[in-house]
Amino acid sequence: MIAIVDYGAGNLVSVKKALDWLGQECAITSDPGQVKKATKVVLPGVGHFASTAALGRSGLQDAIADTIGRGVPFLGICVGMQWMFEQSQESPETPGLGVLTGECERFPASVKSPHVGWNQLEVKPSSRLLSGVPSSAFVYFTHSFRAPVADTTVACCEYGGQFSAAVERDQLFGVQFHPEKSGEIGLKILGNFCAI
Amino acid sequence: MLTKRIIACLDVDGGRVVKGVQFENLRDAGDPAELAKAHSASGADEIVLLDISAAHERRATLLDTVRRAARQLFIPFTVGGGIRTLEDAAAVFSAGADKISVNSAALADPAVITRIAERFGSQAVVVAIDAKRSDGTSHWEAFTHGGRTPAGRDAVVWAREAESRGAGEILLTSMDRDGTGVGFDCELTRAVADSVRIPVIASGGAGGAQHFVDVFREGHADAALAASIFHYGFSRLVDLKQEIGSQGIPVRWPC
Repeated sequence: MIAIVDYGAGNLVSVKKALDWLGQECAITSDPGQVKKATKVVLPGVGHFASTAALGRSGLQDAIADTIGRGVPFLGICVGMQWMFEQSQESPETPGLGVLTGECERFPASVKSPHVGWNQLEVKPSSRLLSGVPSSAFVYFTHSFRAPVADTTVACCEYGGQFSAAVERDQLFGVQFHPEKSGEIGLKILGNFCAI
Repeated sequence: MLTKRIIACLDVDGGRVVKGVQFENLRDAGDPAELAKAHSASGADEIVLLDISAAHERRATLLDTVRRAARQLFIPFTVGGGIRTLEDAAAVFSAGADKISVNSAALADPAVITRIAERFGSQAVVVAIDAKRSDGTSHWEAFTHGGRTPAGRDAVVWAREAESRGAGEILLTSMDRDGTGVGFDCELTRAVADSVRIPVIASGGAGGAQHFVDVFREGHADAALAASIFHYGFSRLVDLKQEIGSQGIPVRWPC
C-alpha cells in the first residue's frame, strides 16, 4: 500500500486520483503507524514551507525517517521535495528533513514569482524516476521557492536560472513539478515510481 | 522556457455545458466530463469549469460534475461560480478541483481569499475579475454577479489587493470584449499584468490565433482563456497552438 501523507496542507485528492488511475493501492493517511507499514511513501505539498512543521509535531516526520532508513521508496512532490533538503529561505526557522544537502531559495527578482505553468525538463538519462521521459518534456509547475542544482539533480528546469526539477538518490525521489497534473508525462513518472 | 497557457473554459448549468458545442465523436457533447477530457487530449493546458447555475439546488449537481470530470483529468482543473465560503471551496477541492475561482464573494468579503489560501495554498486560489471600461477612459470597473452589478472598485486596484490577500492568479475578463470574437482587451490585460507579480489569465474576445499572440505580446498575459472558439471541433485547439507557436510564442507542443 502506498501511503499519501496528509499533514493538513493542501489538497491531496489529485495525487490519490492519479495513483488510483494507475491501479495502485493507496491511501491518504495522517497516521504515523500506517506510514511505517507502507510499501511506498508519497509526500505531496502545496503552500508554505512552514506547513511542514506539522510533520514534526505529529510524529509523521519520525515515521517517514524510519521508512527512508529501511529503504522504502519515497517521493516528495513540490514542497514535499523541498522538505527533503536542509532548509528553505521561505521559513528559515522550520528545518527540513535534511536527507539532501542544500537550501531552497526564492526566485530572482528578474522573473515573476510564483513560477506557474508548463515548463520544460532537461532530463539526465541515468534517472530511474524519469525513465522513458523525453528530455525537454513539458510538466506543470506552481511554486515560489526552488531547490538548487546539486549532484542529486536528475532534471533541471530554467526559470530565472536553472534549478532542480527532479532529484534522486537511492530510493529517495523528489519532483518540484506536479506529476499528477502533468498529463501523460506525469502519469508516466508516477508509474515509474510505483514500479520501483 | 515557461510556456504561455491556453485554457479551455466550460460554462456549465445544471451539469450541462451550455454553449453550442459541435464536437464530433462524442457520445454526449453537452457532458462536461467528456468535453474536459477531449480538450485535454487535444492540447488544452488547463481546464476551467464555470458554474453559471443561478439556482442553489443545482450545487449538488455541480459537485457530481466536478467529480466525474476530475476522475479522468490530469492537467490543472479550476472550478468557479457560486463559491462563497471556505466550506464551499473545500467541497469543490475534495471533489477533485485543483484551484477554485472566486469573484462576487471576494469583492463582498475580501478576507475569503486569505481564508482559502491559508488552508489550500495561494496556488489554489484564482480571483476572477469581470472588468468593464469606463467610457472613453483607460480605467476599468470591476463587476459582480455575472457582470450585472458594478462593484465600485477599480479593476487594477482590486487585482493588487487580491494579490496582497493571497490570490495565486487573476482571471481577468473584459466584459466589453466577451463573446465578440474581436480580440482580447490588451490594454486592460497589460494594465493588470504590469501591476501584479502573480500570473494573469486574459479572457473575453478570443476569435483567432492572432488574438492570442497579441494578448501575450502586447497584453503581457501569462495565459489566455476561451470558450466558444474551441467549440467548433477538436482540431481547432491543435491548430491554434501550432499557429501561436509558429509566431514565436512559447507554447506546450507537442503535449
